Amino acid sequence: MITLENITKTFQTKKQTAVTALNGVSLTVEKGEIYGVIGYSGAGKSTLIRCVNLLEPPTSGQVKIDGVDLTGLSKEALRNVRQKIGMIFQGFNLLKTATVYQNIAIPLKLTGVKEADIDARVKKYLKIVSLEDKHNVYPNQLSGGQKQRVAIARALSHEPEILLSDEATSALDPDTTDQILALLHKINQELGITILLITHEMHVIQQICDRVAVMENGDIVEQGKVIDVYTNPKHLTTQRFVDSIFPSQIPASIIKDLEQQGPIIDLTFVGDAADRPSLSVISKKFAIETNILSGNIVQLKEQPFGKLRAHIKGAASETNQAIDYLKNQGVQVSEVKSIDSIY
Amino acid sequence: MTAFIERWGSTIVEATFATFQMVTISLVFSIIIGLPLGVLLVITRTGTGNKRWTYRVLNIVINTIRSIPFIILLFALLPFTRVLVGTSMGVRGVIVPLVIFTAPYLARLMESALLEVDRGVIEAYQAMGIKPIQIVWHVMIREAKPSIILGVTIALIGLIGATAMAGLVGAGGLGDVAYRFGHVRYQPEVMYVTIVILVILIQLIQSLGNTMSAKAKKD
Repeated sequence: MITLENITKTFQTKKQTAVTALNGVSLTVEKGEIYGVIGYSGAGKSTLIRCVNLLEPPTSGQVKIDGVDLTGLSKEALRNVRQKIGMIFQGFNLLKTATVYQNIAIPLKLTGVKEADIDARVKKYLKIVSLEDKHNVYPNQLSGGQKQRVAIARALSHEPEILLSDEATSALDPDTTDQILALLHKINQELGITILLITHEMHVIQQICDRVAVMENGDIVEQGKVIDVYTNPKHLTTQRFVDSIFPSQIPASIIKDLEQQGPIIDLTFVGDAADRPSLSVISKKFAIETNILSGNIVQLKEQPFGKLRAHIKGAASETNQAIDYLKNQGVQVSEVKSIDSIY
Repeated sequence: MTAFIERWGSTIVEATFATFQMVTISLVFSIIIGLPLGVLLVITRTGTGNKRWTYRVLNIVINTIRSIPFIILLFALLPFTRVLVGTSMGVRGVIVPLVIFTAPYLARLMESALLEVDRGVIEAYQAMGIKPIQIVWHVMIREAKPSIILGVTIALIGLIGATAMAGLVGAGGLGDVAYRFGHVRYQPEVMYVTIVILVILIQLIQSLGNTMSAKAKKD
């Protein structure tokens, strides 16, 4: 559906120095999926999403939507393609001087939708975002989440096949973020709209994304299914993102002390394994004591995923058997040494 | 009091009318020229090639006109005015210099008003595939309306000040009455009355401008 091939983007600054924002990025988004791009600020993710509808024309590379390269289109043809790519923003970008109704109706009118259809469309999409009672309200009287709903309705009213989301939840509080994410998920499921979103929050990725790409310094350093990237992060940046949802700040000195009495292990549970009380089972089965140091279970879009850091106290033969038992139960186990417990 | 009204009433009413006439006509022409100029300044502000040159030339022309005090502009433009409207005298003759004086000023005010419009909204409309000319009208001018109204109010008050000099080319008006009768013929009461009228006029215009602007803001 969306194919980015070898996109580079260099910004020329006033002092004649060039800043490279994108360094030959390639990415494919399949029809019907929700694809997330995550990265710290300055990673180039915002430039990347703006290249998709050519708000930011790439310095080189191709942007293909359904096989058509947008970089070669005339201005007129590009406008027609853009009408079928919705976009929502961190700052909502609504007209302050227009009511909710007008905010949706004006762009429809300007893109040539028939007068008779406009009213029906505005009402339909305001209903989808649950704002049917706010027709005549001005944006300044709305909360952030409501403004983003209006922006989503505005994007949907053009009946696009693709929705681009540029940090759409970054200005919202956690509750509102969840509501907007649920809405995006609903849109994806019920209207079949393909969504490409960028964010710096893991939360967003794990809640609604099917696949994820991790960006750093203008490159995609890792990409794949969300579950794979979460359970087995390869790049250091990805590991930092995954660690950020499993805060386990145990001082190195404590870990050192505990190591004397038995191994410290990280347990990663995926799917069914996350629901089973594996730790209490092993402490009954073997002559060991287990102590949970930190842990968390998160719900990914498809399945739960948990991580525990635990200390196993006991004789080496018993602890080894316990670890083998866990591995057989489908739990990923890795031993933590005081040396690598940086986080 | 009655004697004053009998002696000066019709002169002052006539002068007030002349001022209104000059100001209204000049303002209309100034907006017709100034608003598009302001838009042009904003859309050529960042860009390369032709855009950049358009901006530079406009910038220099506007600054040049704005450096000339109205009283000098009025005389410097005499030949040009004569060619354009056939006379350099009377209300007809003073409209041309008034417009040339006010339009660049208004263009600057429009420029700063339009620059306040959130770039993000413009971008959102570009992303929806809407034509640039429609964005200018339906986003930039629409969203800048509160500031545009305040800008026009400022320009209008400046314009009223400039019409005081219109008397020099025989166009009459309140300023002319205050100067000719009040100052030259030493009738201070005439001067004071015109000042009072002007003060009330300016207060009214500014209040009206503020109210209209606040109403356009919608928040």
